[in-house]
Amino acid sequence: MATEYALRMGDGKRVFLTKEKIIEEIEAGTADAADLGEISTLSGDEIDKLAEILMMPGKAVSVEQGMEVPVTHDIGTLRIDGDQGNSGVGIPSSRLVGCMMHERAFGADTMELGHIDYSFKPVKPVIANECQAMEVCQQNMIIPLFYGAMPNMGLYYTPDGPFENPGDLMKAFKIQEARESMEHAAEHMTRDMVWIMQRLFASGTDGVNFDTTAAAGDGDFYGTLHAVEALRTQFPDMYIEVGMAGELVLGMHGELEYDGVGLAGLWPHQQAPLVAKAGANVFGPVVNTNTSKTSAWNLARAVTFIKAAVEVSTLPCHVDMGMGVGGIPMLETPPIDAVTRASKAMVEIAGVDGI
Amino acid sequence: MPIAHIMASGMTGIRAAGDLVARMEFSKNMRIGEAKEYVAKKVGVDTMDLSDEHVMREIREELDIGVITSVAGAAKGIAAKMNIEKLLDVKINSCDLFRKQIA
Repeated sequence: MATEYALRMGDGKRVFLTKEKIIEEIEAGTADAADLGEISTLSGDEIDKLAEILMMPGKAVSVEQGMEVPVTHDIGTLRIDGDQGNSGVGIPSSRLVGCMMHERAFGADTMELGHIDYSFKPVKPVIANECQAMEVCQQNMIIPLFYGAMPNMGLYYTPDGPFENPGDLMKAFKIQEARESMEHAAEHMTRDMVWIMQRLFASGTDGVNFDTTAAAGDGDFYGTLHAVEALRTQFPDMYIEVGMAGELVLGMHGELEYDGVGLAGLWPHQQAPLVAKAGANVFGPVVNTNTSKTSAWNLARAVTFIKAAVEVSTLPCHVDMGMGVGGIPMLETPPIDAVTRASKAMVEIAGVDGI
Repeated sequence: MPIAHIMASGMTGIRAAGDLVARMEFSKNMRIGEAKEYVAKKVGVDTMDLSDEHVMREIREELDIGVITSVAGAAKGIAAKMNIEKLLDVKINSCDLFRKQIA
């Protein structure tokens, strides 16, 4: 009987596959990415290397010594004190304590401060509180400390915001009105993000992490790129990271452009040049996990997309590798065997500058 | 999960030199190889040593740029960052703010 290796499905469930099946899954995953993104598949050597990583006997694996990269953190301290049934573990603690735990106990290379809602818009009414927290944290922290939040353009639509919901307008075939609503929302979102970061930079933040950019589609990406551009003009020394929400920019509007490039339908390697053009320092590309596929398929697909983005990017690329992205299974407690294999593959095959 | 990434691939922050390499990526858009070479040259070690806690612990104490444990009289927080500014020849925003506040 052929030897079988313990891998994972995209939802985290353990699955046993032979070497031949693992290679087959890797070839299918890389072919899918190549077909969608019109990019190169992994080479034969890279496929062999990925299979070798997936079949390593240890539960946890790691990069070769000397190949380590900075690991940056999103969601701020919410993974410690957040308690909404998501990735937070609900330990009562201040945000300063959370930041210092990441620096001194966990070995984080960078950290960020974030609002409990983790969207920019709700920060406005409590901006003084956020500035005070940033000043206190900066006094005590040594590693780079960002302010992190989601652009989350959906908050600007009814019933949460001032602009009519484009989904409702499109259902009524009011396509032009829906587009105008997205343009207004993007403009207001840009204004809010710039206003918030002006104040936090005056309070000592090292920079900003725009997390889950383009979650609301091309309008969200458009508004964020313009915020990056405005902040870069005003603050040449601000650290700016743009992390994406998904692998493909959804064309909710369909006609928005940045630097003459249509934003709808862009893959990671096409997003990277625009993020650099806007003035960011680091790009965080995303590839989504398919829960019905194996970790071999998902990781091969993710590594193929990210490798292409790393090759064309002029900026360091810190691949997003949270739950359900970057070859990581889609559940709140992703198995360590799958996380460490994905981590190693992204560094050693895709060549990322950080995670 | 974040800790799994740190253990698998990370530079472990101020346990070694992860914060310094990250600063060069973010402040100068340096790719990983360039950032490691820049920091290694400034610190006076090989790039391999930047993730070596044994090497970097002693160097961090000597340079007074912060370590994870309490060392009486050693620079911490903003003071350690002011030493990092000089070491890496970069500006750090919180240090600028602090200088303005005490001027």
